[in-house]
Amino acid sequence: MIVVKGLQKQFGALPVLRGVDLEIQKGDCVVLVGPSGCGKSTFLRCLNRLEEPDGGQVFFNGEEVTDKDIDRVRQKMGMVFQHFNLFPHLTVKRNITLAPVRLGLLTQEQADAKAMELLQRIGLADKADVYPNMLSGGQKQRIAIVRALAMDPEVLLFDEPTSALDPEMVGEVLELMRELARGGMTMVCVTHEMGFAREVANRIIFIDEGVVKVDKPPKEFFANPENERLKAFLSKVL
Amino acid sequence: MNLAQQFETLSELARSGQVLPFWQDIFVKFYQAFLYEDRWLQYIEGVGTTLLVTAMALAIGVVLGSVVALVRVGHDQQKPHHRNPLLGLVNGVLEVYVTVIRGTPMMVQLLIMSMVIFASSRDYTMVGALTLGINSGAYVSEIIRGGLMAVDPGQMEAGRSLGLNYITTMLLIIIPQAIRSILPSLGNEFIILLKDTSLITVIGGKELLYAAQGVMNRTYEAMFPLLGTAAIYLVLVMIFSWLLGKLERRLAQSDRR
Ligand SMILES: Nc1ncnc2c1ncn2[C@@H]1O[C@H](COP(=O)(O)OP(=O)(O)OP(=O)(O)O)[C@@H](O)[C@H]1O
Ligand SMILES: [Mg+2]
Repeated sequence: MIVVKGLQKQFGALPVLRGVDLEIQKGDCVVLVGPSGCGKSTFLRCLNRLEEPDGGQVFFNGEEVTDKDIDRVRQKMGMVFQHFNLFPHLTVKRNITLAPVRLGLLTQEQADAKAMELLQRIGLADKADVYPNMLSGGQKQRIAIVRALAMDPEVLLFDEPTSALDPEMVGEVLELMRELARGGMTMVCVTHEMGFAREVANRIIFIDEGVVKVDKPPKEFFANPENERLKAFLSKVL
Repeated sequence: MNLAQQFETLSELARSGQVLPFWQDIFVKFYQAFLYEDRWLQYIEGVGTTLLVTAMALAIGVVLGSVVALVRVGHDQQKPHHRNPLLGLVNGVLEVYVTVIRGTPMMVQLLIMSMVIFASSRDYTMVGALTLGINSGAYVSEIIRGGLMAVDPGQMEAGRSLGLNYITTMLLIIIPQAIRSILPSLGNEFIILLKDTSLITVIGGKELLYAAQGVMNRTYEAMFPLLGTAAIYLVLVMIFSWLLGKLERRLAQSDRR
């Protein structure tokens, strides 16, 4: 579904990605890990071109992703941010319905109905008409996920979705992500939640020194990390 | 004896060379400045023009400032490798405009507009309003630019990541949030403009200070017309500051929702 070939990105003189190759299949739940600053966020943001790659190619459903049709690609490639980035001047429901209605995918009534259905699913239907600052962090992040889901995306990108949350709220967000993965949603997640990675991911990818160093199913990934840098990394996070 | 008769008697005495006692002198000067031949009407008319010029200048300033700010922010937010040359050119011109306007005195701008660019125009008030508007546009553009750039960049990313294009995201997500921080500063700009309208007197714009000068030229008395003018400005500024304070409290309240 997503094919990445030789992806390169540098900030000024600092090379961050030095040729990342990766294929993501439909239904995959891929977790990206790696030391801080290794370029996980940068990689994710290059997929939907929030960051512009300096080299290499990204293909989505067989077509190369370019600036020209990026808005169309993004409709199908949702993103969830560490700091939620809900729109503070809009109610929860408007947050969810804005894009699908604006882009002509749904009428306002259809979008409202869909928003309510999604909110019901996560148990936040009573928050439909409040503004984001009335919500807890966990609620905000779950609504941000629902906002992405309202576009009917084919893949969701998560950039440390639980890192800004108080510990007691991490669980509810991971639970929703677990449900999505079980439902067959294709997901690419940057997260430090190794429990989640072990249990939910079907592939864990270790990015280091600007390239993919390890790409394995969770069992093997944790059981026999032959890569020295991965060993060092795991000894720190586990 | 009513005020008018008293004024006639006393000013007759003064004209004949008699020195009036202090309070009678004050009375004559005050009467001359505001009441004689219904002169207060001229001040009222002046205030009307002052408010009109302020409103026009602010309207021009906001329209001009918005356009300048949007072009400049749009230019700055382009990706480094894909800069639009036309946008770059317009942006350069607008930067020159902002620099020139902010780098030269308003008085000089007024004189250039009235004596060079619109040398043949008799409508000094309108030339004054236009000049103030063009001047204000440069300052307003910086206010708006600051407001737009103060919105969390994550908001633009969230909008774009949903597939909304740049302009739609600006209109529906960035601008509504920026307005909250822009409005109070625009209020300040309005008050600055209100006071600066007095400058158009030098090119013959017929606002409040011009009315006062008209009276001064006929009575050869400066104190009451000028103090009266100052008092009127002060009252106007206090009224508008009070209204702005109310507006700001409203905004702060809706922020807390
Ligand atoms: N816009 C930018 N300008 C300059 N340097 C940047 C920019 N964004 C990221 N970097 C640098 O690129 C490197 C990779 O950043 P990135 O955010 O992708 O790392 P990460 O793996 O997500 O790290 P973390 O786990 O801390 O989130 C870092 O050294 C960072 O300082
Ligand atoms: Mg990161």
